[in-house]
Amino acid sequence: MKRVIAFSTILLLCVAALGAASPDARAEVRIDITRGNVEPLPIAIPEFFGLSAAESELGRNIADVIQNDLVNSGLFRAVDRAAFNQDSQSLAVRPRFESWRKIDAQALVSGKISVEQDGRVSVEFRLWDVFAAEHMLGRRYSADSNTWRRVAHVVADAIYKRITGEDGYFDSQIVYVAKSGPKDNRTYRLAIMDQDSANHRFLTDGSSIVEKPRFSPARKEIVYLDFFNNMRRVYLFNLETARRELLGSFDGMTFSPRFSPDGNRVVMTFEQNGNSEIYSMDLRTRQSSRLTNEPGIDTSPSFSPDGARVVFESDRGGVQQIYVMNADGSDVQRISFGDGHYATPVWSPRGDLIAFTKIHKGEFYIGVMRPDGTGERLLVNGYHNEGPTWSPNGRVLMFYRETRGDKGESYLYSIDITGYNERRISTPGYAADPAWSPLNR
Amino acid sequence: MRLQVIALLAAVALVSACSSSGDEAAMTENTGTQTQAVAPPPPPPAPAGPVAGSIEQFMQVAGDRVFFATDRSDLSDQAQAALDAQANWLAAFPAVVVTIEGHADERGTDDYNLALSARRAAAARDYLIAKGISASRIQTLAFGESRPVATGSNEAAWAQNRRAVTVLTGGYNS
Repeated sequence: MKRVIAFSTILLLCVAALGAASPDARAEVRIDITRGNVEPLPIAIPEFFGLSAAESELGRNIADVIQNDLVNSGLFRAVDRAAFNQDSQSLAVRPRFESWRKIDAQALVSGKISVEQDGRVSVEFRLWDVFAAEHMLGRRYSADSNTWRRVAHVVADAIYKRITGEDGYFDSQIVYVAKSGPKDNRTYRLAIMDQDSANHRFLTDGSSIVEKPRFSPARKEIVYLDFFNNMRRVYLFNLETARRELLGSFDGMTFSPRFSPDGNRVVMTFEQNGNSEIYSMDLRTRQSSRLTNEPGIDTSPSFSPDGARVVFESDRGGVQQIYVMNADGSDVQRISFGDGHYATPVWSPRGDLIAFTKIHKGEFYIGVMRPDGTGERLLVNGYHNEGPTWSPNGRVLMFYRETRGDKGESYLYSIDITGYNERRISTPGYAADPAWSPLNR
Repeated sequence: MRLQVIALLAAVALVSACSSSGDEAAMTENTGTQTQAVAPPPPPPAPAGPVAGSIEQFMQVAGDRVFFATDRSDLSDQAQAALDAQANWLAAFPAVVVTIEGHADERGTDDYNLALSARRAAAARDYLIAKGISASRIQTLAFGESRPVATGSNEAAWAQNRRAVTVLTGGYNS
């Protein structure tokens, strides 16, 4: 019963399953997230109970973060706290289901905070099915007090998973390019933040053009483009040390980098004499091998989650289309055949879909298709939408959108793969090139 | 295209004429009347022109940029004529080294635009090499869509941004 997992060596977050008052029954509270425009599930998330002022403030903050995560997913609707008829203290003992039924809360979260003598925070929560009057889930976490936001995201992920049956995506980060200044003289800075825009910080100082950051699977490094020493090249950036390292010894421009799922390789494009080809570099040996060999532009490679295949774009057939090949460059197959240009393919972490940018008749679309090219669905269109990146659970896409005109405003947006729940992602200024991290493990 | 070349040669002649115009004028007067005279027309009053071999002269005589059609990197007749002028000027000043910067408009995806702008820079470079300019004098740099000169979102602006710009990076006079 006391299964304690070392959650993260850095954050020293521990989790324990809590015993249920009654055994977990078949859940009646359930969301089928494949269904598209679902009616959001009404969920009540009171402030977590804490005895001291500090504990109750933390309890309020944690409940707010959980609620924000769940509501932003588009699958939940928060029941107004002003309507609650049971206080957090008595709720921590036992919910009075009748009073929660009256305000139409279908799911209820109760929680308790205590700050230990060593300063660590203990967070306990339970998820209840209000109408069945049943316990659905209970866990206790112990964490450093400065990581309370992460605890809240972990709780939100657990609730999301219990109710949808799918992994969540809230305990994750976004790295992107922050842009400032006029359109013809932009300053570019790498920036990183939590998926809910909290803990925002800049990684570079704006002295060089930086583009296309991508997380390593372990989230400790990113690969990106830096226009440094008068050449655009792929660099590795260590998020812990902030050290930058040139990748490879290519005699020319390298760009569009991405890690392999095992983190041992980086695929990227190498341009020489106007010809762009895709290369794979082994990070242990630093040896590179060429995967494509065509006079056209071959670029934007992305691995399948098993690492066996690489999807990329090429204009070898005349205009940009999407192709798939083995990770060694063999067995190339074109998968997109629609009108217009298909670009920036990204393989879903679930493996079931490939997201892309499509340009057709002056409009920019974000869409998805199966890895064999069938089932194309366009989710977003407009003047300029580009560069989708997948949430860790493969249910949400983030991309960037630029406005027409002299200002060229650029912001991040997310949308469910069902085509619903488009949201602007808050950033301090203009933003582009988002990359979603894997879930923290 | 031929017209352009002739115009350029005339311009170069003009430049060299400027430096010695005084002497020539004196000689013409001293030889008196000559019925079969083929001398060039007298140069116009020389303005304080740009220094020979300078960036200003390059800009005036040749111009620094060529433009491309949407999603294309092939050189139009106009672009070839402009590069002919650049090649002639560069041939006259063999110490000059250049970087050709390729650019794209905002109507493409970033990765592709980087590759496309590299292809444009390479097309301009290859043309200059074919016209006798040593490859060792020419570097290329791809900017994609990151540095537009026109910030509007219309065809006129995009046409200005789809460009390859020859930047003098050394060996020129100031």
